[in-house]
Amino acid sequence: MAGGVVEKPAGYGAPGAVPNYLNHVAGIKSWLITLDHKRIGIMYLAAVTFALLLGGFFVLLLRTELLQSGGVLFKNNEYYNKFFTLHGAVMVFMFIIPGIPASLGNFILPMQLGAKDLALPRLNLMSLYLYWIGAVMFVLVLVFGGLDTGWTLYPPYSLDRDTSIPLLLALSAVFILGFSSILTGLNFIVTMHRLRPVGMTMYDMPLFLWALYATALIQVLATPVIGLTLGLSAVEHIGHIGIFLPQYGGDPVLYQHFFWFYSHPAVYIMILPAMGVQSELIATFSRKHVFGYKAIAWSSIAIAAIGFVVWGHHMFVAGQSPTAGIIFSFITFFVAIPSAIKVFNWVATLYKGSIELKTPMLYGLAFMYLFGVGGLTGLFLAAIGNNVHLHDTYFVIAHFHMVMVGSTLNAFFGGVHYWWPKITGRMYNEKLAVIACILVFIGFNLAFMPQFVAGTRGMPRRYANYVDEFTIFHQLSTIGAYILGAGVLLQVVYFIASLKNGKKAPKNPWGAATLEWQADSPPDFHNFTKPPIVMAAYDFENWEYDPNTGGYELRKEVVEAGHSLATVHN
Amino acid sequence: MHFDTLHNQFQSGKLGMWLFLGQEVLFFAALFTAYSVYRGNHTDMFHYGQYFLDWRMGGANTIVLLFSSMTAAWSVRCAQLEQRKGLLITIAITWACAATFMIIKYFEYSHKIHIGAIWGEHFHIHSFDELPLPLQEKLSHIPVPEGKTQIEAVNDYLGKGGLGLGTFFAVYFCMTGLHGIHVLVGMGLYIWLFVRAWRGRYNRKYYSSVDNIALYWHIVDLIWIFLFPLLYLIG
Repeated sequence: MAGGVVEKPAGYGAPGAVPNYLNHVAGIKSWLITLDHKRIGIMYLAAVTFALLLGGFFVLLLRTELLQSGGVLFKNNEYYNKFFTLHGAVMVFMFIIPGIPASLGNFILPMQLGAKDLALPRLNLMSLYLYWIGAVMFVLVLVFGGLDTGWTLYPPYSLDRDTSIPLLLALSAVFILGFSSILTGLNFIVTMHRLRPVGMTMYDMPLFLWALYATALIQVLATPVIGLTLGLSAVEHIGHIGIFLPQYGGDPVLYQHFFWFYSHPAVYIMILPAMGVQSELIATFSRKHVFGYKAIAWSSIAIAAIGFVVWGHHMFVAGQSPTAGIIFSFITFFVAIPSAIKVFNWVATLYKGSIELKTPMLYGLAFMYLFGVGGLTGLFLAAIGNNVHLHDTYFVIAHFHMVMVGSTLNAFFGGVHYWWPKITGRMYNEKLAVIACILVFIGFNLAFMPQFVAGTRGMPRRYANYVDEFTIFHQLSTIGAYILGAGVLLQVVYFIASLKNGKKAPKNPWGAATLEWQADSPPDFHNFTKPPIVMAAYDFENWEYDPNTGGYELRKEVVEAGHSLATVHN
Repeated sequence: MHFDTLHNQFQSGKLGMWLFLGQEVLFFAALFTAYSVYRGNHTDMFHYGQYFLDWRMGGANTIVLLFSSMTAAWSVRCAQLEQRKGLLITIAITWACAATFMIIKYFEYSHKIHIGAIWGEHFHIHSFDELPLPLQEKLSHIPVPEGKTQIEAVNDYLGKGGLGLGTFFAVYFCMTGLHGIHVLVGMGLYIWLFVRAWRGRYNRKYYSSVDNIALYWHIVDLIWIFLFPLLYLIG
């Protein structure tokens, strides 16, 4: 079922080359019709990176415009509105939601289960194609003149206009991207239930998979609501049916409820996979069994569950009843508990660990600080009285960028560095990677810390202009954005260079204990040339350093026994 | 083939289908929420709107769909027992029921469009005589202001600025329309299934598409089971 029919091993690479999933069959067509989760993961990785660079380019334009009050770049503010709308929409729907699950998750999930592929490979390819269609439609939005509604597409402003092609394109694009996301999540859940190897219970799964499981639950259960909402919006826009537009009898606040019923859980679609990556990084580079495994695993599920009932905190000033406001505020505080459980357990994992400061670990450490700031400022905003003051200011912008960019993007970078040797079979340049990591960290903090201050002093979000007292904050922020951009570009450069000049990667360069590291780098088309030895995710003592390969090898006793040392000693 | 057993493959497909059905429930949930919100805020609107819906038509459709659910379940049993003829017949009957449902729906829709009982700003009743009889009786006493005809007064009363029946019909057409699209998709799936069954693709070990499409068909029926009383029966 998994493409064995399509991809015959006839074209096995150059003579003498070790066959792997990249060279066993060549040609563009072999990629377009592949059912191999690894190739699909790579195509997702390329696509979301493109979306990241596109959305990043838009924001650099915006930050440049904001260097001075009055603007320095655009002829009129309409351009500003269009670029911030597209920055938000591209980053949210094309980068950060599919970001970690569809690219790294697709590649790594079956391998961490020791499986050959996802349970439903055809569905996986379909979800990739849906993603592409949605992405092309978003680019067409730009071609047809852009959209100035903000990524939230709130009516009445968004819908009450002459029939607008860019608006309809954007609505359909998000609808289609949503279904891509649903199918990916569905596939992940089925895979984790049906393709775990004999001897691996749910509690033996790596925490990355628990995080993806929680994410998938949200993808399947929340995304349809936004699909329907945007469908209704399109019908309202064309047919004036009177469901969201007040002048025809509709209720615009109902739209906001529907929108946030998805879009709040969606922020957990963004952050949960990042937390999963984080658990892997911290455990591996502390060379210590992750502390509080079950607590971390279940806190992912708890975040997903609580995430469904807090959407009203986006609407404290939207005409929601005070009672509803207080209840939503109250529940919102609860999200802090499982989030804090995770952070404390990561810190406890570091304690007395043998910490190795490789690049992925640097991102892991940065994550804890940035997520700490992002999470704690979330509590400020959850407090309803405080929220009224800070609502729609730069404080909110800084808060959610701390979580979305500071944490998720950071973990995405950490994850890409961590699995790059496995995915490509090449090591990247460690020195440049450390420099890029530092640039990203400094740039990010410089970009957003001043925004917290500007926000508390009343700088409203989405404005193309500002009064002079905010100049210094905006300029610092813009410089930070440039540094962040430079860091990201540097990454792109050394990653691409590594494909050509990088040192050949050993099987397990980090000494990680999850199953994917028992495969070759890059893996064979069938993932594993012999069945991996199933062991719990964090039994690091099963691996020992081998100076000949520069990586880690399974200890002889483990290979001979065919199971984990922990079991041997017991 | 990356499953160790055929059973595992079957169960994977089935679990995937159940998750998809969960997704469907949430997909419709937003519409049911919209229904509740508007009904809660505008009880009168729903009270008057219900006069336009004929419970006999809706009731007939309910029976048709319930019957088709039975034949859909029957088709799964036929596949399990390798009864090719039975499989083909039950699939055909399921499809025919779906088609009957859509034909009845067509008459309902075209009548409403004909008299002008439609969504949003387009709601405009063309003539008093075309209104459902009980509603004519109810509205015959409303005062007609000077310089206006009776039908203008009725439209003022029911439409924009009045009860806002446009929104009722927006909810009605969106809910039944989305459900209708699902019925059409189901009809397409049953044609595909019929062709595969004709070619003898199913046997007692391999019938997952029959099973999964029947599951899908049951959820389509189930949604109608909620739509029918909510729209047609409670006034």
